[in-house]
Amino acid sequence: MPVQTAAPRIEVKASAPPPTAGGKAKVAVRGLDFFYGRVQALHGISLEIPERIVMAFIGPSGCGKSTFLRTLNRMNDVIPGTRVGGQVLIDDHDIYAPGTDVVELRRRVGMVFQKSNPFPKSIFDNVAYGLRINKVTSSSSELAGRVEEALKDAALWNEVKDRLKTSALSLSGGQQQRLCIARALAIRPEVLLMDEPASALDPIATSKIEELIFDLKKQYTIVIVTHNMQQAARVSDTTAFFLLGKLIEVNATEKMFTAPNEKLTEDYITGRFG
Amino acid sequence: MTANYGNADRMRRATSALMTTLTALCTVLAVCALLIILSHIAWQGIGSLNFQFLIDRPRPVGEGGGIGNAILGSLVLLLISSAFGLPLGICVGVYLAEIGRGRLGGAVRFIVDTLTGIPSIVTGVFIYAILVIPMKHFSALAGGVALALIMIPIVARTTEEMLKLVPHSMREGALALGAPQWRTILGVVIPAAAPGIATGAMLAIARVSGETAPLLFTAFGSRFFPRSLNEPIASLTVQIYNYAISPYDEWHAQAWAATLVLMTLVLGINIIVRFLTRKKF
Repeated sequence: MPVQTAAPRIEVKASAPPPTAGGKAKVAVRGLDFFYGRVQALHGISLEIPERIVMAFIGPSGCGKSTFLRTLNRMNDVIPGTRVGGQVLIDDHDIYAPGTDVVELRRRVGMVFQKSNPFPKSIFDNVAYGLRINKVTSSSSELAGRVEEALKDAALWNEVKDRLKTSALSLSGGQQQRLCIARALAIRPEVLLMDEPASALDPIATSKIEELIFDLKKQYTIVIVTHNMQQAARVSDTTAFFLLGKLIEVNATEKMFTAPNEKLTEDYITGRFG
Repeated sequence: MTANYGNADRMRRATSALMTTLTALCTVLAVCALLIILSHIAWQGIGSLNFQFLIDRPRPVGEGGGIGNAILGSLVLLLISSAFGLPLGICVGVYLAEIGRGRLGGAVRFIVDTLTGIPSIVTGVFIYAILVIPMKHFSALAGGVALALIMIPIVARTTEEMLKLVPHSMREGALALGAPQWRTILGVVIPAAAPGIATGAMLAIARVSGETAPLLFTAFGSRFFPRSLNEPIASLTVQIYNYAISPYDEWHAQAWAATLVLMTLVLGINIIVRFLTRKKF
């Protein structure tokens, strides 16, 4: 890649725990390498994500932040020809260890995608999907309760409570995305991964999602990939900056956007490249 | 604007007009051919059509008779062939679209495509050899299997194409909720593609309901109402064929009427399936 020569040699420091971190590390990544076929997309990423915080991943397009996010619930497994090296520990258990139950992992680590992807089912059935396949609830009233709760958590309940049986595809783009968040929340994951959840939304829908993220961090550990640095600054406690498949810096968001440790971070944030 | 520019503009408009006219003309020609066939059959067939004709079985020349046994036989044959052909075809399609990657998938796809091109009479002779001869008699079952064999590749390929149209993000959505692959396919991908798959199934049913050749060697035909799947069975197409090559004017007229019934039957299947699979979401 020609860009690689333009960037100076990068010394990646094993990052100290972020100052805002309260709890222990929920997710700990050790020396993670990732390959699409012969192309290495991630180079020796090491990172800790403490419990109940929002961590934002920023960086230019193609820097590997989405790829990295997807390694945390093994969503890359479905792409043929990919390969992983290193460790991803969730609650001290390596999710790439042989014998890991991927289905169980994805229940604990939920995901919201860049493009909202509701199933062509009713609003209710969309939210109930994860509960049904995982046989979480034992009665239909319990199921209805969990669906209502998830929709309330996703701040969508008031808009859809009178039309739960209508198609999810009849919702607006912003509502569809919140429905997908509700769907992910319904099975009460421990970690919620969000891959540019607001990139296709208008400012009003975006601010709703951001408020939602702010509320959700009381209960969940949230990792959000975003292209929008203002968004990262608004919603996150900690920010990680990626460049060319390497993790450049992890820092408290406030520090990151005012006085980053790395020159590269500063250049990116001030808009000198990317 | 230069004169040259205006010329190019005129040329573009002329070409556009010419092409529009050409395509419209071709459409009119194709639709006309269809309308002529349909109206001719209706015109010729409607005369011999009455209620008795629809429920009676064939009688000797001069005594009237009907095609009730053939209608029933055709429906039975379609039912047998759908029971074998649709599930098998859909499963093959799911395999091709969702599971079979690499060489094996490519080989299966090639075989399915080849199967589509096999003349239906060959299928009939094949079933004659492997089912009819060992069983020592013609049967409805053999006829149904022959038709199923014709259905499988059609259903498989349309199912595959329809499943491929389902966006990948939908599969990821289900997988990210902890759904195993089989549940993702059954619960999300197939329902999303259901109208398309049903259309494919419908096309396959419509296609085999017009088949005559594979039935000549398998279901054979019968002048009586069907009593068991293990006996020869009448079908509209074979009945039409037998009556059409007979020397009697009365039977010719009955063949036309039977053709009209067959066409209506196919149209009816089409409408029912469309209705059942209309877009709910």
